[in-house]
Amino acid sequence: MEEMLREYLPILVFLAIAIALGLILILAAVVIAVRNPDPEKVSAYECGFNAFDDARMKFDVRFYLVSILFIIFDLEIAFLFPWAVAFKDISMVGFWSMIVFLIVLTVGFAYEWKKGALEWE
Amino acid sequence: MITFAFYLFALSAITGGLFTVISRNPVHSVLWLILAFLSSAGLFVLLGAEFVAMLLIIVYVGAVMVLFLFVVMMLDVDFAELKAEMAKYLPLGMLVGLVILMQLAMAYGAWDANSGAEARLQAAVPEGMHNTEALGMILYDQYFLLFQLAGLILLVAMVGAILLTLRHRQDIRRQNVLEQIYRDPADAMKLKDVKPGQGL
Repeated sequence: MEEMLREYLPILVFLAIAIALGLILILAAVVIAVRNPDPEKVSAYECGFNAFDDARMKFDVRFYLVSILFIIFDLEIAFLFPWAVAFKDISMVGFWSMIVFLIVLTVGFAYEWKKGALEWE
Repeated sequence: MITFAFYLFALSAITGGLFTVISRNPVHSVLWLILAFLSSAGLFVLLGAEFVAMLLIIVYVGAVMVLFLFVVMMLDVDFAELKAEMAKYLPLGMLVGLVILMQLAMAYGAWDANSGAEARLQAAVPEGMHNTEALGMILYDQYFLLFQLAGLILLVAMVGAILLTLRHRQDIRRQNVLEQIYRDPADAMKLKDVKPGQGL
């Protein structure tokens, strides 16, 4: 247990450095940067015009589709990891069950390819 | 050191959860939720469940939070209206919170009453084998059916998402790669001898 956690020490150090660097950058902007705002400076504008619309608007649902498909293959990869790590020791059943799993998801992949869900128009 | 790391992660998880609930901007809520997930991943690492921790980062932080951000951005949220409706949903929310609190208390009670629980936590991973490998040893044959069901659920999710959201626009010319490949240069262009004074 102790041994394993010691392996994570570099990650903890990285994490600490990342957080410290982020804080330093934010605080440096607060401390060092010159700030004298006036209404014209801080108002939003788009390419020299006043803002036409609110930033909150509905956008195309296909962005959502792309990320759902991404999550599904992400999970497929997550299932592959323990299989690959234990590959030398697992039984034949374990091997073929993963093959069946991959075939099922490949059917889905073929379906979405055929449907044109991966294409952007 | 471990105790310090535990309290650090626990504190940041609670902070993340708290600010997820109370921050005014939903996008900020999502970012706080990411902090909560990351700190829970740290807690999982401290427990020795490395694979679950990495899964939490890959799947939840990497993928699910993108979905959350999309949902937040896609909803046409009117904050004034939202504030007005909060009172309506407050009793239901309190009820759900109470149920979760009771479940937590019960889980703690079971842990506290069962003196062998802590020993079993250490015994979860067989000796001389790390976490991910131990999971791989049982997931694919001992839990064959559940594993295949997970695959089928993913398939259904894929097909369902495509059926619900995919709309092809008809007024757009698409590239047909196959047609381009099979195009024959010989009949791509025709030469016609047009007689003077006559059309084609």
